[in-house]
Amino acid sequence: MYDSPLRKTEVDTNASKISARDVQVYYGDTHAIKDVNVEILDKTVTAFIGPSGCGKSTFLRTLNRMNDTIDICRVEGLIELDGEDIYDKRVDPVQLRAKVGMVFQKPNPFPKSIYDNVAYGPRIHGLARNKAELDEIVEKALRRGAIWNEVKDRLDSPGTGLSGGQQQRLCIARAVATEPEVLLMDEPCSALDPIATSQVEELIDELRENYSVVIVTHSMQQAARVSQKTAFFHLGNLVEYGDTSQIFTNPVDPRTESYITGRIG
Amino acid sequence: MPVLWLILIVLALAFAGFVAGRARAISGAGDDRRALHSLPNYYGWNVAMKVMVPAFLVLILWLIAQPFIVNTKATGLLSETAVPEGSTLGLVMSDVRRVADGLDLVVDRGLLSAAEASDLTAGASDIRATLGNAGVAVGSEITPEVLAAAQSYRATNATGNLLRSIVVIGLALVGGGLALAQTKPDFRARNSVERGIRAILVAAASLAILTTIGIVLSLVFNTIEFFRIYPASEFFGSFTWSPSFGGGSQLGIWPLLWGTLYISLIALLVSVPIGLFAAVYLSEYAGPKLRAVAKPALELLAGIPTIVYGLFALLTVGPLLLSVFGRDGLNWMQAGTAVMTAGLVMGIMLIPFVSSLSDDIINAVPQSLRDGSYGLGATKSETIKQVILPAALPGIVGAVLLAASRAIGETMIVVMGAGAAARLSLNPFDAMTTVTAKIVSQLTGDADFASPEALVAFALGMTLFVMTLGLNVFALYIVRKYREQYD
Repeated sequence: MYDSPLRKTEVDTNASKISARDVQVYYGDTHAIKDVNVEILDKTVTAFIGPSGCGKSTFLRTLNRMNDTIDICRVEGLIELDGEDIYDKRVDPVQLRAKVGMVFQKPNPFPKSIYDNVAYGPRIHGLARNKAELDEIVEKALRRGAIWNEVKDRLDSPGTGLSGGQQQRLCIARAVATEPEVLLMDEPCSALDPIATSQVEELIDELRENYSVVIVTHSMQQAARVSQKTAFFHLGNLVEYGDTSQIFTNPVDPRTESYITGRIG
Repeated sequence: MPVLWLILIVLALAFAGFVAGRARAISGAGDDRRALHSLPNYYGWNVAMKVMVPAFLVLILWLIAQPFIVNTKATGLLSETAVPEGSTLGLVMSDVRRVADGLDLVVDRGLLSAAEASDLTAGASDIRATLGNAGVAVGSEITPEVLAAAQSYRATNATGNLLRSIVVIGLALVGGGLALAQTKPDFRARNSVERGIRAILVAAASLAILTTIGIVLSLVFNTIEFFRIYPASEFFGSFTWSPSFGGGSQLGIWPLLWGTLYISLIALLVSVPIGLFAAVYLSEYAGPKLRAVAKPALELLAGIPTIVYGLFALLTVGPLLLSVFGRDGLNWMQAGTAVMTAGLVMGIMLIPFVSSLSDDIINAVPQSLRDGSYGLGATKSETIKQVILPAALPGIVGAVLLAASRAIGETMIVVMGAGAAARLSLNPFDAMTTVTAKIVSQLTGDADFASPEALVAFALGMTLFVMTLGLNVFALYIVRKYREQYD
């Protein structure tokens, strides 16, 4: 549908937001992520691509310690957010996840009203002093999620009653409402139709103004459309990482070339 | 022919039909089973089904109908004068049946020949003595009319039994024959068996529903009978429950209803928080190893018979409460049997109900909701309180209402733990009683069954039934209204 890249928001930076060094992840005895080194830049969309089971989602989940909820998962190496080790004992994973928001593959609105869905994060973190301020946060988040115009008249109706694309944008608004610094998206469009996908992609590009966005995707066109940086994972290794245009036009590693031309994957 | 034999014969015919049908199908296809529409066994089953189903259906109907017909015929022989003063037709008829059964027994024992038994006349021989020899005691003197009725009873029964055997076996043979005639290679036996299985399943389902209707009807008729001899305004309006079998009872339902609701309330206050917290711990916090042990252990509580809980209430909880709240302590409690005793023990009984059902429901909440909440930086308890419990709420309400119907219907713990005094009181340390406990005591006494004191049990049962039905309907409504669709 979109063969040419989206009109890219003109923000460019070279400041590193997250840096990962020699990261290893084990599930029980399985070595799922091997020696991954990556610098994720601020105000940039970074795409993780690679075949199924290559570890890109696993690596994404180490960035906000979601893997802590899985008993058998073990992470080694250093991951820094703004120069601070996020696996340090003094770091509260709960606080970390407020800073590093996450949007999941399947839209997962809570069985609450649209308003309460978005207000959930700000409420548990005490971000609003009063109701008026909370209203403001919710409106701002819904506007950023590009869904405000569709739901502003029915904020009290359940979030589960929206369509799939609306639900996913609601989930993005919900993640944005806690003012994260990084937004992790695990295949956010895989359950959506092309129209909803293009809406979400436009949204991702707008989010780049304020956040560092990391997106896992199976669609190489999507990676090419929305991202500035691309990382190619294969069998738990980070094969190649660089500018999206370079990865897609002039890959260095033969495996990357095979994957993006469709010979493996 | 005894019924058991009849059943065995039909089963044997069905087996023979199975073998014959299968063989006929195979030979019809020229020993090539690929030429058959269905697998050979289906042809066999088709024949067996058509042997058994009509035969057994008629047998069941016959077994239900024959006693009615025989009874009506024998009753017709009794004139009004045959019923002595102070007796009823029912009592005389039971005499008739006893004599008839007794004569059958006498013939069986060889004390009289069959012909002699049929030719007996009332005056000629000492029937009572003969029957007494066979171990059958008849209360009053046997009048000629009773004897005649008994003879007719025997004769009709014998004819009926003979006809029954002929009809049932005949049907089995006809059904089997027709099915065998159908059995050709292109006959769709598989579809036919499928239809038969469907019919059997439908029959099972409707039998369960019909039984429920039957139970309700028996309650309804007896309740109507009760309200004919006791005013409904008294039953629903009086605050006193004092049955006296000499007459002049006051049968107000309120003290009993209050006792039921009060005890159930205490039981729910105990079981709902404990059960729910246990469920949350087991499903969200406990590791798989602990869970594997703790969940069955908790469910063990559900397997304890309620009479054992009753003993626990009577022997342990009652005295324990008495030592704290009784004369030696706060002096609120007169005896070990009290609303509190029964309520606490019933609450313990209900914990596994609430916890087990809630646990299943909490586990059914999709992991994606938990991930979403953790991903926003919520802690475990915040996630549970704000996302998981609201998502599981309809199911939890259903579990609680189910526990409530159990509590309302519970009898043994109340009988042993709460005492037997029907009273309206707010003090949870008073003895009270419930609807169910009173149903037991009203029906197990030796009261005349037609008296309001006994019939009130049906009105009480009906009230209870309506209450639990209302609760269940309400629970369903809640569950439907608030159910979230997860895919």
